Parts: sequence; C-alpha cells; structure tokens
Amino acid sequence: MRDMQRAVVALAIAAAAISIAFAQSSTVDEIAKYREALQDGNPAELWEARGEEMWKVPRGPNRVSFERCDLGLGPGVVKGAYAQLPRYFADAKVVMDLESRLVYCMVSQQGMSEADATKIKFGDGSARRSDIEALAAYVTSQSRGVEMNVGLDEPHVRDMYRLGEQMFFYRGGTHDFSCATCHGEDGKRIRLQDLPNLTKTEGAQKAYTTWPAYRVSQGELRTFQWRLNDCFRQQRFPDLVFGSEASIALTTYLAGRANGAAYDGPAIKR
Amino acid sequence: MRITKVAGAVTAVLLAAGLGGALHGCATAPTDAETAARAATVLKASFSARGQAGLDRLDQDETQKLCSEYASRSLPAPVAEQIRRANLASIRFPADGNLVGDWKNGEKIAQSGQGFQFSDDPKNPAGANCYACHQLTPQELSYGTIGPSLYRFAKSRGFNDETRKYAWSKVYNADAFTACSNMPRFGHNRILTEQQIRDIVALLVDPASPVNQ
Repeated sequence: MRDMQRAVVALAIAAAAISIAFAQSSTVDEIAKYREALQDGNPAELWEARGEEMWKVPRGPNRVSFERCDLGLGPGVVKGAYAQLPRYFADAKVVMDLESRLVYCMVSQQGMSEADATKIKFGDGSARRSDIEALAAYVTSQSRGVEMNVGLDEPHVRDMYRLGEQMFFYRGGTHDFSCATCHGEDGKRIRLQDLPNLTKTEGAQKAYTTWPAYRVSQGELRTFQWRLNDCFRQQRFPDLVFGSEASIALTTYLAGRANGAAYDGPAIKR
Repeated sequence: MRITKVAGAVTAVLLAAGLGGALHGCATAPTDAETAARAATVLKASFSARGQAGLDRLDQDETQKLCSEYASRSLPAPVAEQIRRANLASIRFPADGNLVGDWKNGEKIAQSGQGFQFSDDPKNPAGANCYACHQLTPQELSYGTIGPSLYRFAKSRGFNDETRKYAWSKVYNADAFTACSNMPRFGHNRILTEQQIRDIVALLVDPASPVNQ
C-alpha cells in the first residue's frame, strides 16, 4: 500500500516535470516557427531600398553622393565591403566600422556637420527615421553571402581587436556585469531568450553575421552600434557614445571572431 | 653609483610594466597588461553619463578588477580565496536579526528587471530579476539558465537557520561563495533594500512559498 502511494507520487512528479519541459520546448518551438514565418518577408527590405536611394542622390551642402565614399574597396564600391569592416582607413588614420565610416563621408565629402550627420542615430519606428540605419541596411545587404574577412593582420585592426577583447571581459557598474556575463557560456538563456556564446567562433559567427536586423518588437531596423549600446544599457553602464573608440574596438573583436562565416544580414529578430 | 641604481630601478619598473620592448627600440605588440590599462582609459572616454548611470559606473572595485583580469583564463586558487574573503567580510545582517520577509513580495521582486539602467526612473523600486537567470517557482516557465535552478531551495537544504543565513548571504554578496560569480552583489552594491532581501529570502526559504512545493 505504501509502495503504491510512493509510486503514484513518483508518477505525478514525473508527469509534472514532463509537462514543464514540454511547455518550455513548445514555447521555444513556437518562437522558432514565428521567426521562420517572418523570414519570408523581412521588413528590413524597406530600409535597404531607402538606403540604396539615399546612396545615389547628391546630399549635404556639397551636393555629393555616397558614390564617392570609400568603404575600403574603392570609391562607391558597396559589394562585399561590409564583410571586410571594420578596417583601417589611411585618410582618417583610424579604424572605422560601417556606421562611423558613413558619418565620415557625410562630413568630409558631403559637407555636413557631425552633429547633423548623427542627429538621428537610432530611429523610433515611426516619424524619426534614421538615415544611418537605412544606409547601413543597404550596404550590409550588398555583402549577403560574402565570407567575413576582417583584416586582423593589419596592425591597427589587430590592436583594436585586442582592445575589444579586453573590453568584452571588463566588469563594472552596480551589477558587476561584463559582456561575458551573458555571452561567455554555451547553451544559456535569459528568460526564454537563447544567448550566443560570443567567446566561441560558432556563436560569434552566428550572432555577428545577423546584424543589422529588423527587430519585430521595435518595428525598427537596428545596426550593430545599436546592439552594443543596448547591451551596455542592460549592463547598467552609461551611454556608449556612437562611433566611439570602445564601440569600434568591440565591433572589431566580434567581427574578427566571425571571420570565415558567410554574412547573412540584415536579418530579422524578435 | 646612485644614478646607476636609479636607472636600474627605472628599467625594472619599465620592464615590469611590459615596456621592455620599447627600451630596445623595437615595435613589439603591446602586452596584455598595457592593453588592459588602455582598455580602461578608452572605455572612460567612450561613454557619456545618462540618466542615473554616471561615468563612475566604469570605476572598478578590487573584485571587479581581479575578475576582469582573470575572466578569460582560470582563476588561481589564492586569488579566488582573496576575493571570497573580502566579499564575505562585506556581508551585513539586519540589526533585528529577522532574515525572512514576505514571499509574495519576493516573487514580485524576482519577476522585475527594473532598476539602475539609464532608461529606468530611479524613483521606482529596483527588482532583482531572479527569473532572468534562475528557475524558482514551478508556475513560472519563462526562466533563464545562467544560474542554477532554485526550485525546492529550502525543501532540499532544510528549513533551518543555516539555510536562511546562507540565502541572505548569497543574495547579499554572491562573491563571498563563488569568486567572480555572474550574480550581482545585491546587498553589497545596494541594489536591493534590506526589506527586499528579506522578501527574496522568504521566496527561497518559506515552507509556504511555491518554490518549496
């Protein structure tokens, strides 16, 4: 009689455990299905189209188009350029990522003030649209399928990569968080959100090659600069300055770790 | 004689700082220590204060400094011990000796991820966001896995003083037990109030809490 009671209790516990596991895996499955469905029509295309138009028209006080902007492969060459960024630009004498290079061209060629060029870094999903996000969507779309190949042998780039690596593990703030707190181990989640392990090649490749991305929850296309800024917000750090040296260093570290993988953005994310 | 000594000392300091290469005039790559020092400086110059998050958030205490330094390699046992000891010494128990509050409030605090972000209103109470990383009550299926499951926390450890004291201490300063834990030091860094820690402890140790069902 007692054995039977025990068996019933054991069965009940097992059933409860299975139903929890099922509910969870089915939630994850549902999210995966949802993402797949969205992949068919990625609203990022709207940003890409707007960015392409913007690339070709004369802009700023100098009425110069981006067709004179050198992203590293020669003036106006967009195809495959993102897969080799960040890189060292001799004209600016610094390592730049895509966003900071776009701002550089707006200022040095189109004659805009830096304040005007960076007025709307991140759009708000409706009226305040960001030119940088649209341009980034267009330029990155032109590297889709191209193998990531950040030139880590170049000394300036190498230096930024090492700096970014140090920053990735830098703990600070009220909560002691670093990038590695959430992105340093395999198979971890925050709530139900899977976290890429960015210290491993596979994790870094999968994560980096899918930014920029259209964020369904925000109705916006987000660049890698945004991704870093919002990670630091949640780390309880202050505001990461757009195009700052730390942002370029971290981008160089993560882009360099993605080397060898085919670029696959702009993607779509929750 | 004296000058030689001073020069020797300077050389030693420079070598210790990893500047040996520069003395020999070759363009060697910077050492890890140099890169780390530069990283801290560059970080400072790359952020701006916003909302409640000032630039002082980038200032590291000794624990943060050591945990950053050893983050990508294994922590030597004496360093781990040093970190644990320093953090253990920071733990404060409430003056009235009462460690256990209301588990229902604890559940609300465990659910909330509010607090200390530059986007948060500092007037609102901060949460502990336990569910971001831990399983707690079996009713909440949306939980993270950075930390271990805390389901049946006290049921498995025993409903006693030792469990209550451990729960308080761990929430107060996790580094006292695991050096360089991923868990914030909620009491030590004044993220939660004493009453909030009591309520979280209740969620973990109260026999009536769903965590222990």
